[in-house]
Amino acid sequence: MLRFTLERLVGMVITMALVSVMVFLIMEIPPGDYADRYAFRKYSGTGVNVTQADIEAIRVDLGLDKPMVLRYFDWIGGIVLHGDFGQAFAFETSVVKVIGDKGFLTLGILFATLLVTYVISIPIGILAAVRRASAMDYGLTVFSYLGLALPNFLLALVLLYFASRWFGADIGGLFSEQYTDAPWSLAKIWDLVKHLWLPAFVLAWSAVAYQIQTVRATMSDELNKLSVTAARARGVPELKLLVKYPARLAINPVVSTIGFDVNRIFSELPIVAAVLGLTELGELLLRAYLDLDMYVAGAILLLLTFVIVFMNFVSDLLLAWLDPRIKLGA
Amino acid sequence: MTDVTPEHLSSDESKRLKYYSASQWTLIWWRFRRHKAAMVATLILGLMALSGIFAEFVAPYGTTTRDTSYLDGAPQIPKFCDQNGCSLQPFIHGATTKRDPVTLRAISVPDPDKRVYVQFFSKGEPVKVLGFIPTDRHLFGLSDPTAKLHLWGTDDLGRDVFSRTVYATRVSLSIGVIGVMISFLLALIIGGIAGYAGGWIDNVIQRVTEVIRVVPIIPLYMGLAAAMPKEWSTTQVYFAMTLILGLFGWPTLARRIRSQLLSIRNEDYVVAARLAGARPTRIISRHMLPSFTSFIIVDLVISFPYMILSETALSFVGLGLRPPTVSWGVLLQQAQSVRVIEQTPWLFIPAIFVVVAVLAFTVIGDGLRDAADPYSDSR
Repeated sequence: MLRFTLERLVGMVITMALVSVMVFLIMEIPPGDYADRYAFRKYSGTGVNVTQADIEAIRVDLGLDKPMVLRYFDWIGGIVLHGDFGQAFAFETSVVKVIGDKGFLTLGILFATLLVTYVISIPIGILAAVRRASAMDYGLTVFSYLGLALPNFLLALVLLYFASRWFGADIGGLFSEQYTDAPWSLAKIWDLVKHLWLPAFVLAWSAVAYQIQTVRATMSDELNKLSVTAARARGVPELKLLVKYPARLAINPVVSTIGFDVNRIFSELPIVAAVLGLTELGELLLRAYLDLDMYVAGAILLLLTFVIVFMNFVSDLLLAWLDPRIKLGA
Repeated sequence: MTDVTPEHLSSDESKRLKYYSASQWTLIWWRFRRHKAAMVATLILGLMALSGIFAEFVAPYGTTTRDTSYLDGAPQIPKFCDQNGCSLQPFIHGATTKRDPVTLRAISVPDPDKRVYVQFFSKGEPVKVLGFIPTDRHLFGLSDPTAKLHLWGTDDLGRDVFSRTVYATRVSLSIGVIGVMISFLLALIIGGIAGYAGGWIDNVIQRVTEVIRVVPIIPLYMGLAAAMPKEWSTTQVYFAMTLILGLFGWPTLARRIRSQLLSIRNEDYVVAARLAGARPTRIISRHMLPSFTSFIIVDLVISFPYMILSETALSFVGLGLRPPTVSWGVLLQQAQSVRVIEQTPWLFIPAIFVVVAVLAFTVIGDGLRDAADPYSDSR
């Protein structure tokens, strides 16, 4: 187990190193660099005449005149050694300050979404497999098609529309008005929980549809196994039998795709966040891209990917614990 | 296939003979045809593609044609009857200009006594179908050329939603097609090298693929799309978008190609070809690929929805295609807030197209997957 864990950890570090190179390259693509944008932003409209020499001075000051490889190591070194993600020019402060507690909000949304996904999809998937070819089973097939076809952000719009039509309420956002700028307190956390269900449901939408199908398929296979027949012959009660043999194994593919689900949730997060007005990393990422605030964008992309890689690692460990056969193969 | 049915065989036997002598593709087609939902989906998608290709003819007006007398106008549904009786030819009520009693602004009010008939192949704006066939006939229009028919209403600038959606269908579907082509080409090259070469080359390629798969894809697309210079023309943005979507769409397909190649790398017929001195490109394309072409096609069809959804999502938030180009995502940009959907719900119609197109591709993909291996079970 220890060796298995270490191997996965090393793999994780290598992946993150490669990801950081890719993220850095993306940060470098937009034309012009930080110095140009900084000078433009700071002095445009002030009447101050900015010369090429001034921009050059800013560039040297920030170390942007160095070759790309050195700049990469400056950037990644700052992150790894000091937790410094660089400067956010649109906010004229450091990236760390801009991100602030948004990281925790994002994690909150993520775990709420995962919870909703699994609480809905696992029992329903098992039930669908047990009652195969029933009306519910067919209904779920249609639903799972819709889960893929109706993009989350459109679903979010439709839900907002019906909420305002039927209840006359704006159900978007993460906090009620009085808590938006309030310091953290128990009441604020409770308020957050009350607002989380909508984004969690919207983001879980396609993952639920997908996972129901996975659970249903594995469960169907497992139900035909001889172990189930043998247990039934021994007179094990039906419910106990389901939990003990096929359901245990039907969870494995779900566990092995946790990282995949996290990836999908983060992929859809920025746009859903923009529609629902969630003030977290996804929405900040979108704004950073629109402003070409590349240090903020790069930091968020890196953080999101790190969470995905980490969840992959967790899912590997969980799977090895659930299904000891995995280790032998690896 | 050729129909050589010897006379002396019974109809049952000749049927079986037909089955055994049919080529793989004929068998796939036979099986696919039995999948009713997939056939319906193919029909719908075919209609969409046709209306997109012949958008100039199908759409009564251009994407930027404005009807200033009908801003934010509701859909006009042609009817057969009104208070003055019925007619066989559908019509809508024409408008007369009146003064607003309060602001004295000229406003148009529907006139229940004035009928304007809907015609097929009516004269309208001169356009060039497919870019080179000049015509002024459109699929449908009104008998009175000064009046305009807005089947699905208009937006805040008085532009016809139906016409814009038809043109958007062309853009959105074509982006999907080109994007899938590019990613297929890349997948073929990358997966081909990894699967055929194996060893350390395979390891390196697997690592890189892993990195691309682990980064959330839409934020990645957004990063590249954000970098497009603001001064680029709409055509440049269009091609850049197809390239961006194609550039990162390959990992799943490349994996499939790689694992298939690895599994048949040491088959006798591949070894035989290698010993006969065939070059790798020939071995891959002539001997190895044909054994799983049908699976690749399935994967290609299934990857369409992701392209279309990504494009829609990016354009929706303003990081993809830009007006005056119209795509489903660009059109939906107008329907971003709840207030807009409450007041002008018809601006949400393009969303139905997105959902239908994605559903159709998914259903076709499922039908093809069932049909792709015609030898899996004899009927």
